[in-house]
Amino acid sequence: MSNTVTARERYGAGVIPYARMGYWDPSYIPKDTDVLALFRFTPQEGVDPVEAAAAVAGESSTATWTVVWTDRLTACDVYRAKAYRIDAVPNSPGQHFVYIAYDLDLFEEGSIANLTASIIGNVFGFKAIKALRLEDMRIPPAYVKTFQGPATGIVVERERLDKFGRPVLGATVKPKLGLSGRNYGRVVYEALKGGLDFTKDDENINSQPFMRWRDRYLYCMEAVNRASAATGEVKGHYLNITAGTMEEMYERADFAKQLGSVIVMIDLVAGYTAIQSMAKWARKNDVILHLHRAGNSTYARQKTHGMNFRVICKWMRMAGVDHLHAGTVVGKLEGDPLMVRGFYDTLREPRLPVRLEHGLFFEQDWASMRAVMPVASGGIHAGQMHQLLHYLGEDVVLQFGGGTIGHPQGIEAGATANRVAVEAMIQARNEGRDVLHEGPEILERAARWCAPLRAALDTWKNVTFDYESTDTADFLPAVTPTY
Amino acid sequence: MRLTQGTFSFLPDLTDEQIRMQIGYCLNNGWAINVEYTDCPHPRNSYWEMWNAPMFDTADPETIMTEIEACRKAHPNEYIKVNAYDSTRGRETVALSFIVNRPAVEQSFRLDRQEAEGRTIRYTIHPYAADQPEGERYGKS
Repeated sequence: MSNTVTARERYGAGVIPYARMGYWDPSYIPKDTDVLALFRFTPQEGVDPVEAAAAVAGESSTATWTVVWTDRLTACDVYRAKAYRIDAVPNSPGQHFVYIAYDLDLFEEGSIANLTASIIGNVFGFKAIKALRLEDMRIPPAYVKTFQGPATGIVVERERLDKFGRPVLGATVKPKLGLSGRNYGRVVYEALKGGLDFTKDDENINSQPFMRWRDRYLYCMEAVNRASAATGEVKGHYLNITAGTMEEMYERADFAKQLGSVIVMIDLVAGYTAIQSMAKWARKNDVILHLHRAGNSTYARQKTHGMNFRVICKWMRMAGVDHLHAGTVVGKLEGDPLMVRGFYDTLREPRLPVRLEHGLFFEQDWASMRAVMPVASGGIHAGQMHQLLHYLGEDVVLQFGGGTIGHPQGIEAGATANRVAVEAMIQARNEGRDVLHEGPEILERAARWCAPLRAALDTWKNVTFDYESTDTADFLPAVTPTY
Repeated sequence: MRLTQGTFSFLPDLTDEQIRMQIGYCLNNGWAINVEYTDCPHPRNSYWEMWNAPMFDTADPETIMTEIEACRKAHPNEYIKVNAYDSTRGRETVALSFIVNRPAVEQSFRLDRQEAEGRTIRYTIHPYAADQPEGERYGKS
């Protein structure tokens, strides 16, 4: 389709295709300062993919459905997003990838809300496309630098906690709902004394009739301090400060700080602005900020609609959280190994190359922004320690909820089993052993002198969650644009 | 009690051969090793005494084992740990830290509580060992 349009044609009253309005420009070379986005889209029957792609660019930047003469009062070429490349999605008839470039000036500095109001604002409801999914973004350093980033970051968190050279261990208190504050603190004490570094509120523990937040905080901090005195280690419990208003969240966060908690947590459903506000609070008060990704699967899991979780990873690193749940590979929740690797790299690495097999479509330079500690949580146990270390590496929080509290000899024994398993595996790895293959034997050997590990291995040895992933990479080793 | 700071405190105390293998791993990664000791193992005591400067240019695990042994001889009844520093851009911190010597009898920690308003409690963790002067906390060396 010709891209050459005279001003008279372009700005005459009426409706012209988005592609001819300037939202499709295959000759465009993205600037280093452009924000880039990659969408997967399925046009409606009979809609030209180029026109659909241009519409996505248009509706996520300056366009409306008809021509407006007021465009001509602006440097409108700059403000128009440009779709510059379209690829067919391999093995998925009717689906396409479109690369779109956005000028930096389209976005307010330091505001995830503003960025997302464009990128995922109106465009997902647009009628001419049947389905749309935001797969990846490239945030230029010029924009990265307008965000605070993680309040604490992996390096400082480790220094503050005095935990080096191994994954950090945690557990979510179970049952999720119903325990009184006093009973809840008991679980925290047993798990921390047994060897875990952290325990955690669950995403839906806020301040319900069975346990109000203040009561929980007081009992949890008694447990944390008792366990710290019993072991000589720094310990923590993620106190969930999520609430109905920012005022209530600040009140809870301030009380947690006053009690000496090293960490607080917030849920993704609280919203991007709430998260950014708490990240500023966390930096100011030297408190680690844990983020639970509650809600993400509603839009991240299915391939044809919503957005990929790696984009959430990028936004949350910019927003400034210190921990983010990012998958386990081997546990009960969704997670293809290569996709999870892409999430972890996005959270931890200083810069990322294009790696299509990991779902990374763009280079990303984080410009010294601090790193987020990924959290692996959901259906993992001590018997998988070698796989967890292999897939997830060392800078990760491994959270064994059921895998601690469900231990046949009790919570403290469950915690000890996990701690012994991780230390034995790190020792073996450092000694040069091939832990992925020798892992079961390494665990068996440690279980000879550690009865809690023996019991854990016997209880959960056959537990696996071997289901097919829904979110996997779609790529061919060498892709050439189809338009 | 058993102090469980460090990467391997839940395992049986490492033998010298096992310590040598961990040091080999650190050196292969290009990390600099430092030996530190203390008789005040409070969880927030970030600065144990340095036995010497970090050994930046040491490639031989035996040299480090010799330093550990010398430190043990001088401070047999204190905690001694090995720290490995990774100077890679973006990390630039301790990469591995583990205890290689403990007092014959480890002392526990007292938890002091100061009750304040609204059920708030201010906690202080107090090592019993710190009741004695430095150098005399785990028996005279």
